[in-house]
Amino acid sequence: MTAAEPTHRPTAPTSSGSTASPSPSPTSSTPPRARRARRTRADRAAIARSRLEAVLTHLLVILGVLLSVFAFYWLAVMSTSTSAEIFGYPPKLTFGSHFAENLRHLTSSIDIVSALVNTIVVAGACAVLVMFFDSLAAFAFAKFDFPGKNVLFVVMIATFLIPGSLSLVPSFILMSEIGWVGTLQALIVPGAANAFGIFLLRQMAASAIPNELIESARIDGAGFFSTYWRIGVPMLRGGLAFLGIFTFITAWNDYVWPLIVLVDPGRQTLQTALQNLNSLYLTDYGMVMTGALVSVLPLIGVFIIGSRHFIANIAAGALKG
Amino acid sequence: MSALNAPPAAAPLRTGDGAVPRSRARGWRGILTHWPQYLAIAPFYVLFLVFGLFPIVFSIVLSFTDWDGMGDIHFAGLSQYVYLVQDSRFWNAVANTFIIWILSTVPMLFLALVIAFLLHQNIRFRGIYRVAFFLPNVTSMVAMAIVFGSVFSDTFGIVNSALTALHLDSVPWLSSSWGIKVTIAVMVIWRFTGYNAIIYLAGLQSIPTDLYDAAKTDGASTWQIFTRVTIPLLRPIILFTVITSTVGGLSLFTEPQVLLGDAGGNGEAGMTIVLYQYNQAFTQFDFGYGSAIAWALFVLASVFAIINWRLLSERSETPRRPRTRRTR
Repeated sequence: MTAAEPTHRPTAPTSSGSTASPSPSPTSSTPPRARRARRTRADRAAIARSRLEAVLTHLLVILGVLLSVFAFYWLAVMSTSTSAEIFGYPPKLTFGSHFAENLRHLTSSIDIVSALVNTIVVAGACAVLVMFFDSLAAFAFAKFDFPGKNVLFVVMIATFLIPGSLSLVPSFILMSEIGWVGTLQALIVPGAANAFGIFLLRQMAASAIPNELIESARIDGAGFFSTYWRIGVPMLRGGLAFLGIFTFITAWNDYVWPLIVLVDPGRQTLQTALQNLNSLYLTDYGMVMTGALVSVLPLIGVFIIGSRHFIANIAAGALKG
Repeated sequence: MSALNAPPAAAPLRTGDGAVPRSRARGWRGILTHWPQYLAIAPFYVLFLVFGLFPIVFSIVLSFTDWDGMGDIHFAGLSQYVYLVQDSRFWNAVANTFIIWILSTVPMLFLALVIAFLLHQNIRFRGIYRVAFFLPNVTSMVAMAIVFGSVFSDTFGIVNSALTALHLDSVPWLSSSWGIKVTIAVMVIWRFTGYNAIIYLAGLQSIPTDLYDAAKTDGASTWQIFTRVTIPLLRPIILFTVITSTVGGLSLFTEPQVLLGDAGGNGEAGMTIVLYQYNQAFTQFDFGYGSAIAWALFVLASVFAIINWRLLSERSETPRRPRTRRTR
């Protein structure tokens, strides 16, 4: 991410400089008046064409944005409408006035509040644990040498390649053997440290933390853990913020594993509660949509707050990969 | 850099020993003096052993049994795999998964390229556009599958309402075989186009601008620049997105499960491989067969990964050769 920043910054000055370059050099032998006339005509045509291109570009982009945002708008419209309005023809494309009523139906049909709390607990705990364990391991891998380090690192990368669906069945059996079926720790503990975050933070730590800092901390008599806490954590703040948001969003949206493990209808996350709602109350569309809105809105907030960090890191990760 | 935490006194002690004991002492003492580093990396490996490696080994064993989760485990030899090869429902799920993968990946990556190209034109509000395009990727697919279920509803969906308003025949999106596949593909496209566009945009920004300027001064049109400059230079990133789309496409589950239920809709037209695995293991409680399906998916994914990797190494080699020749 630190490498991607400087590469795209210079695009603005160079391209604005290039628009000025086609102007003819003053060494040509044509009469000055004719030359000026030709230049302005050409310039005017170029400006008109680039304006047209800019307008077209904006129109196309806005069309794409509308397509990607329309589903959210439609969700909001449906959550404020009665089922009769949703089923009607022609469809009503504007907001209705039944949101409060839908919300009341929702809270009386399922325990949406406890599902919301469970989801916040799971996503929050996953984010904090992953940030802590991954940065600790990343710091050790990036800045210290110890026997077996390279082999251990390669083994960790190799675990990346194992698809999650491979172990769904035996993981469920394991959870039932240790009595974790139906509990929230079944969603938190297995993912408390992951190869993705360790790899990401290791790459950042290797370039972002100068060896001299580690060396001087050692001379001051600081041990590994205090060096990690006083140098590693502050210098990895950006990467940690990204990893925290990423983990929070992933855990919030996780569906297959909670669907399998959370067998107790009284203890659900938002995603599984929403699926229950959808299959049980199919006719009350307005209420189901209100539930969907509740499960989506907090996450949109988290994403928009952290969007800068988030998008830059996703892109940088792909470029490195 | 090495042995930052080793006490300085350890070094003179070691040098006094003979060659073989010294190396052994260094190994053991090295491990002991580095206990904080081992402790720091331990959580990942402990969690992986318990919740990763053990279940995987166990699932190999399970796939050779007919266990339903109750009572004793009976070994059934290869019978689960023999059944799998002859199971038309499994092959239907494989075919569905690949059809939906193609229906979604091809338009998705093309649209993502176009969006990235447009966003790269130094237009205003680029930051806001990026957030808007990325938003679908971070939202819960359960909620959005419910929304898409209503948008594409056979009877009251707004897609069919719009078709009726235009005096066209409405399409049975959620009850016909192709309608179901197209609807699922549209959901995948909706969710991942922005994500791929952001990745392509980062790739475009790493291409030096003088290449574009050179093409422009040579009189190339925007379309020519797109096909002759942009796409060839983005090839490695395009392959990265093809690979991630393959991994995602083969493990498609949430969209069909929420949209159509555990049975995969009419005629199992929306039954994907992972949905079939879930169906067999957790609604029929056939743990042995569910594990066999998981391993079959693993084999399919590996074959695909090898094909991808072959394409990657072949394509990255071919353009390099003429370039080096030209410089000499």
